[in-house]
Amino acid sequence: MIPELDSFNLPILSLVTLTPAIGALLLSLVDRNNKALLRQASLMISFLTLLFSLLMVGNFDGSIGTMQLEEQNNWIESLGISYHLGVDGISILLVLLTCFSMPFVFLSTWKAIDDRVKEFHIGLLLLQTGMVGAFVALDLILFYLFYEAMLIPMYLIIGIWGGRERVKAALKFFIYTMVGSLMMFLGILYLYNHAGTFDLPLLLERLRTTHPLDTGQQLWLFSAFTLSFAIKVPLFPLHTWLPDAHVQAPTAGSVVLAGVLLKMGTYGLLRFSIPLFPDAAFDLQSEMCWLSVIGIIFGACMALAQNDIKKLIAYSSVSHLGFVVLACFVPDVETITGGILQMINHGLSTGMLFLMIGIIYERRHTRELADYGGLAKIIPMYTIFFLIAVLSSIGLPGLNGFVGEFLILYGVFQVFPLWGVLASTGVVLGALYMLNMVKRFLFGPLVHDQNRNVADLSAREIVYLIPFVVMMVWLGLYPAPFINMVKPTLSLYVEMLQS
Amino acid sequence: MDINLLWIPLLPFLGFLINGLLGKRIGTKAVNSFACGLPILSFAISYAAWSRIVSEGNPLHWDGFPWIWIEGLVEIPFSLHLDGLSSVMCMVITGVGSLIHLYSIGYMKGDPGYHRYFSYLNLFTTFMLLLVLGDNLLLMFIGWEGVGLCSYLLIGFWYEDDANCAAGRKAFIVNRIGDFAFLLGIFLCLKHFGTLNMSALTDPTLIATLAEQTLSIPLLGTMGLVTVITLLLFIGATGKSAQIPLYVWLPDAMAGPTPVSALIHAATMVTSGVYLCCRLKPLFEASPVAMSVVAGIGACTALLAALIAFGQNDIKKVLAYSTVSQLGYMFFAIGVGAFSAAFFHVVTHAFFKALLFLGSGSVIHAMHHEQDMRKMGGLRKQLPFTHLTFLVGTLAIAGVPPLAGFFSKDEILFAGYLQGFTLGSTETAFFWGISFLTAGMTAFYMIRCVAMTFWGESRVDASLEGKVHEPGGWIGFALFVLAIASALGGFLNVPEFLGGNATLGHFTGLHHGHDGLSSEVLHAAEWQSMFLSLAIAGSGLLFAMYCYGKGKATREGFVASSPGKFLGRLSDRKFYVDELYAAVIVRPFDMICHLLFIIVDRIIIDGILVDGTALLTRSVGHWFRKIQTGFIPGYLLTFCCGALVLLYMLLNLMKGGGAQ
Repeated sequence: MIPELDSFNLPILSLVTLTPAIGALLLSLVDRNNKALLRQASLMISFLTLLFSLLMVGNFDGSIGTMQLEEQNNWIESLGISYHLGVDGISILLVLLTCFSMPFVFLSTWKAIDDRVKEFHIGLLLLQTGMVGAFVALDLILFYLFYEAMLIPMYLIIGIWGGRERVKAALKFFIYTMVGSLMMFLGILYLYNHAGTFDLPLLLERLRTTHPLDTGQQLWLFSAFTLSFAIKVPLFPLHTWLPDAHVQAPTAGSVVLAGVLLKMGTYGLLRFSIPLFPDAAFDLQSEMCWLSVIGIIFGACMALAQNDIKKLIAYSSVSHLGFVVLACFVPDVETITGGILQMINHGLSTGMLFLMIGIIYERRHTRELADYGGLAKIIPMYTIFFLIAVLSSIGLPGLNGFVGEFLILYGVFQVFPLWGVLASTGVVLGALYMLNMVKRFLFGPLVHDQNRNVADLSAREIVYLIPFVVMMVWLGLYPAPFINMVKPTLSLYVEMLQS
Repeated sequence: MDINLLWIPLLPFLGFLINGLLGKRIGTKAVNSFACGLPILSFAISYAAWSRIVSEGNPLHWDGFPWIWIEGLVEIPFSLHLDGLSSVMCMVITGVGSLIHLYSIGYMKGDPGYHRYFSYLNLFTTFMLLLVLGDNLLLMFIGWEGVGLCSYLLIGFWYEDDANCAAGRKAFIVNRIGDFAFLLGIFLCLKHFGTLNMSALTDPTLIATLAEQTLSIPLLGTMGLVTVITLLLFIGATGKSAQIPLYVWLPDAMAGPTPVSALIHAATMVTSGVYLCCRLKPLFEASPVAMSVVAGIGACTALLAALIAFGQNDIKKVLAYSTVSQLGYMFFAIGVGAFSAAFFHVVTHAFFKALLFLGSGSVIHAMHHEQDMRKMGGLRKQLPFTHLTFLVGTLAIAGVPPLAGFFSKDEILFAGYLQGFTLGSTETAFFWGISFLTAGMTAFYMIRCVAMTFWGESRVDASLEGKVHEPGGWIGFALFVLAIASALGGFLNVPEFLGGNATLGHFTGLHHGHDGLSSEVLHAAEWQSMFLSLAIAGSGLLFAMYCYGKGKATREGFVASSPGKFLGRLSDRKFYVDELYAAVIVRPFDMICHLLFIIVDRIIIDGILVDGTALLTRSVGHWFRKIQTGFIPGYLLTFCCGALVLLYMLLNLMKGGGAQ
């Protein structure tokens, strides 16, 4: 289906990573008043990136679990920093998710963003480079650069195109994540000092053989890295920046934030915190698992108490990502497979929910549940799509959400029944807050006259929602190809952790 | 010709897609033909498959594809399996289902959501068939949750009314609570059996090896593994099949269109818990503890629901509680090991309860959506055909021979009688007593329902005068066919002592003999039990006829007396169970969530920790700002001090280095 172009020796990962950034450069040459061109160009660039990411999948050998499509070039030789990229089963689906969502994110902004269109699109494109780069970087400094590079566009997107209290929310987001990143940066420097390299594979090798860390060092370094990632996830009790950021962010910002950015945290745990410092991860397993379980339940309870749709979904993210963190810290092939699928599923379902809330916000300019009700009659098409997203989010078997949740919960239950049981209550609570929301949002009597003339989905909106639905059904009924891509890597991963 | 099992659920699914996506454009006629034609086709395939099983004796299988599949760790395929049990169930679902689809053409005529209704109904059929055909527990779980979803959508079909949405949501969430336990049961099965395939879960040798294992559970102590698994699955069943303590959603579910109540909330979906137990018969049999719990819950639910049914004035509510009660019977049967009787009752109940619901639908339709029986009466004259068929259903459920309910209910009571008295289990004898009493009560409240609706003087509102007509067409057709089925359905499984050979029981593989007992003892018990159940059903019927006929004054006197008033209110308010749940669970939980939000999130985390840190930083900055006075000599002094400190440190360091 997808041609194998490996023989041409294309730097596929660089293409996927840098295309958006190059696109952003090109975009800066376009006249700022030519909004149509700006929009179409960004869309084309994101589609091109998607194409490259499919090429990446086509050239990815699912039967081996090691790093693939690696590229390594010297960069700052004196410090041993290299431009080292690679994908394996842990990152490939996340890269794919990022590249998959971006075109639809761009499509969703066509009407919503009319102010400073140029800057907005450039920001989003740079953000994409940051995200993809962070997923494929195998050098700690390179990773850190991409990781931080995401922060700035996101900060600006919230701070400039956000809601009424955007500045405060953006600042909260920025400081929270910055504090974490600084800790991690210190950790990275310490590691370099200790093992003499920034290169992740090399570092892993050295830490296990020639340069082992003692327990105290592991604990401190683990804490530094994990703090940064836990804020990103966000893990209870570091989550309060998320509802504010989501509420204030423009739709595109929320979609990217929930869809991809949060996964940076769980990805970081899987890629760095746990394999670099396995003993500390093991020592703190019970604390981390408790925090995840509390997060699952607490996030759900918070979602129940919300009247603002976006806030509700934001808290549901806290709950859903709790499952992923739990999976990371009960490392089995089942759980981590489930965790990775859950990351993708959450990206799809929550991404779609935010897109749809954006759609209704464009029409009614309110996020208060009390301002809605009875919309199902006025906008039936919207209702159907929204329900599908909700059902995916609450893990209805047959749709995507279930597969990930099932694997995580089963895997955890096998080893730690108590956590498994507690986490499973999230499934009941999820249905509770989501259906409550649906009832207040779409069903019931039509009480507000302003809602009477709300337009149903336009063709453009349907076009960008359908791919989400397709993916939800695909992942729900036939996840095998995705699981197969992930599994060999995870077998090696778990083996490595257990040794 | 090969029969591909996938077509059985796939056809209604196509109906769902066509009606859902194109329903608005293709017009009512096309919607009708897809919506009804495809399930009928599905019935035809089920029938063909069934006759194949009859003739060849082998179950059919569809291998499908890997679903949740991690090589060597978790291997769950998407594959279908059709054996005797599931083939009968498929025919009931597609058969009764098709009739109800046809009935709906008449009932839903002119509704603005016509195509939406049919697409949901088709989707429901799909999921129900998947539930039945799924070859492993998890695939069954897709169907299980899927029917719950359709139930949610159809209960809230007229979503403009808040009450309907609330009822739909309640159904889904109460079911989810059950499903939570179901899921845990699945985890345990997967962990200990290593697979979820039905063949493994019912493999006697495998079960025997696991039967000795125990689990220690905090608060509950040590329990047998199989007991825990079966109890968890049973909790799942109490959700779907509306048993204590999770039955509360079913009466509210009557908010949906009446054909939906007939199909989903009487004939098919709510029996899936019973089906689950039948499917996993060997597993349940391996745990005597679980079996007695099932029997007890079943008997108690039967009684409680019957007591509530006494006091209901909404015709659909009476039928709803009657459904809960009959489901209780089925679980009682399972608990005493009479799986065959339970499943037999599933089938006959599907016939007569669908008939009763559709009959009530016919009344409601004719009465322009009036459901209160106090505003009916004397409808026999205007609705003679509905009355006749409703009466058939009533007598069938009451257990009047030779109608369907007689045979199945008699078999259940016999099983309890045998275990309770002939084999001398006091516990079972007690539960049998409850079920026995309930049999009389069933006859009573059903006659009450008929009497209030069809007999006596008319209390119909004057505005409806002359407007109440028999709905003909598909509605009449469906009633007719179901009335025949309710009358004759019992002959599917005539017991041996009455000259039959328990066909259904043998075919589904659920039948079990009584090896330890001589045939004389057995026959004696069978006759005794039958006479007892006839006697109780008869007295219930006669007493009800008396109360609602000549003995009207006695009845009214009792209702007006203070114990009568008390009991009436208790029954009318459904023993305050909903209120209890609201006070103990729903409201406190809601309050806790809101409190947590304010206290933990707003005050502790955001207020104290986050803003506190910010405040701390700011005040530290504030404090440091005071040092920046702009007074140059001050800076100079600080600078010199700093330099001295650095110099000292440097010297120390050099000294240290030198010492090395």
